[in-house]
Amino acid sequence: MGGFTTILGMTSVRTTLRPPRHQFDARVKPWWRAQLALSYGVIVVPLAVLGLLIAPARWWLLGPAILFAVIGLASMALPAWWHRVHRWEVTDTAVYTLTGYFWRTWRVAPMSRIQTVDTTQGPLQRSFGLSTVVVTTASSAGAVKLEGLEQAQAEELAARLTELTDATPGDAT
Amino acid sequence: MSDETTAAEALETEVPGAPWLKLHPDGLKATALYLFGAGLVIGTPIAFAIATGSLLLALLIVVGGGLLVIGAVLAYEAVRLRATRYRVTESRVEMVTGVFFKTRRSLARERIRSVDLSSNPLERAFGLARVKVGTGETGSGSGSSTERTLLLDSVHKTEADRLRAELLRRAAAETGPDGEQRLATWEPRWLKYAPLSFLTPMLAGVVVGAVFQVADWFGKGGLPVEIVAGLLEEYGPWAVLGIGVVGLLVIGAVGSLVLQGEAWWNHRLDREPGGTLRVQRGLMVSRSLSLEERRIRGIELVEPLGVRAAGAGRLDVVAIGLKTDQEGSDLSTLVPAAPLAVAEAAAEAVIGPIAVDLAPHPKAALHRRVRWGVAAVVLLAAAAAAAHLLWSLPALLSAAVILAAVLGSAFALWTAFDSYRSLGHATSRGYLVSRCGSVRRATVHLDRSGIIGWRVRQSLFQKRMGLMTLDATTAAGRGHYAVIDADEHEILDFADGAVPDLLRPFLVRDEPHGG
Repeated sequence: MGGFTTILGMTSVRTTLRPPRHQFDARVKPWWRAQLALSYGVIVVPLAVLGLLIAPARWWLLGPAILFAVIGLASMALPAWWHRVHRWEVTDTAVYTLTGYFWRTWRVAPMSRIQTVDTTQGPLQRSFGLSTVVVTTASSAGAVKLEGLEQAQAEELAARLTELTDATPGDAT
Repeated sequence: MSDETTAAEALETEVPGAPWLKLHPDGLKATALYLFGAGLVIGTPIAFAIATGSLLLALLIVVGGGLLVIGAVLAYEAVRLRATRYRVTESRVEMVTGVFFKTRRSLARERIRSVDLSSNPLERAFGLARVKVGTGETGSGSGSSTERTLLLDSVHKTEADRLRAELLRRAAAETGPDGEQRLATWEPRWLKYAPLSFLTPMLAGVVVGAVFQVADWFGKGGLPVEIVAGLLEEYGPWAVLGIGVVGLLVIGAVGSLVLQGEAWWNHRLDREPGGTLRVQRGLMVSRSLSLEERRIRGIELVEPLGVRAAGAGRLDVVAIGLKTDQEGSDLSTLVPAAPLAVAEAAAEAVIGPIAVDLAPHPKAALHRRVRWGVAAVVLLAAAAAAAHLLWSLPALLSAAVILAAVLGSAFALWTAFDSYRSLGHATSRGYLVSRCGSVRRATVHLDRSGIIGWRVRQSLFQKRMGLMTLDATTAAGRGHYAVIDADEHEILDFADGAVPDLLRPFLVRDEPHGG
């Protein structure tokens, strides 16, 4: 099996993981930016408002508000980069994803072990026409999330996955 | 007794509309005794605490209040006991319960993975036992995250034993009765490993906390500090520190001995006809866990530092439906700290031969650990120096800080080398074997057919050092088991070999120099 070729082949052949084929829909970039804007806004806006209202503590409040606003603005560059990094692929036998750059994680969930396929769509996601497909296995660590698929594509994919997993026998443990 | 015979008949005939059975009425007596005992323990200090004027009045208030609470709880318990019904039909176990709201729980019998009996001393006096039926459906992600269980609290011991046999009997017909087989028997001398466990320092810490808490109750929160300060003046810092630490550790060791002795007294591990493993144990609270063998996906040999130093280890099972992620849970333990040879023999009895040569990990993994160790030393030294520069520490504190920093540094460096020595992985027969850890060294043997996915991780630091971490996900035990810091190319071939065809489509093999 593969294990034996390893010993012989370690010096001559290098095995690597190829990246999954697909990128997420380009609309994930504005969606991620909106999420970032919201999470920073929750901090910045109250601080700024309080800073303008409470004169004695003005700079103690406006200072952090400006700091967070700058960090928030800088983080707007991240989604474009994430979009390049995060990838996904569904073959006839497995779901395969790659996430992260500083901490890269490849996940493989075989079709035969998939238990449930869910599509979810938050209010923010809906406004961008995006959906999330969550594929769970019987392992507490095995869930694979495809965040930011185009809505129709997500539904089609979920239907296909459900069909494929229904066709595979076994109790998936 | 007549109740039980009808119960037995009902179970044996197994008509689809099997009659409903009740919990044992003696449960109420056990609960009452327990409540009165607890009331005495809790109520007495309260009575003294609130006795500003007359003790009699305080007693009256406490006794009255206590009786009221106990009465209410007992009334609830009585209704619950009467309202609860259960039955075992051909395909399901059902229970109807609830005082205010009727709830009905129904488990498919084919999904039952464990039956757990336990009884505390009171329940044992009445011949009662609690029966916990587990399906181990943990449903990650979207579904409910709670395990589906059914708890019968409580039934007569003979009924509990019959239920256990009945619910796990399915496979028995296939294999045929071949009698029980003893896989491991606990020996009292294994108790010597108990003080070496991490319970010892933990209990020592608890004792310190408790002393302050009790002093605080009596409004003298500063008293322990004053006593220590007095001792310091008389004997000097090192003597007090040394004797204090040793004394606390002795107390912790005794506590650990008592707790572990209670938990594991009279432990035995059996293989029962029909393919179930059964762990029985306990001095005061007797516990029994039955586990279907076809739910077992491997074993884990765990060697915590102190126990490992004594050449011992414990055997845990990796099984579907047994949660092991809770801290301090010993539910999945098949054999407690025992001589390593005994633990290994028990492991072989459970899953077959386990001897295998582990492939060592690249030297880069060692470098990574040494770097962490050096970083820890620098941090500790800086913290100790800062503490001395910022505050003028009293002698004892200064001694304690220096001692802690020196010991911590030595340990950080030692553990770097030790944890590298622990690293290793292999495949043997149907199993993936991975070992890691220094403080808690664990060797997992994971059934390769139980691997239901891969999670491969590589941080930027790992990438620069050519390392990679492979996580095998599984439905059993902790849910995932890792091979940490292996060679980034070799580990992929390893994964590919361990579970054929799963990773293959996503692998590329190329010649190293542009080939």
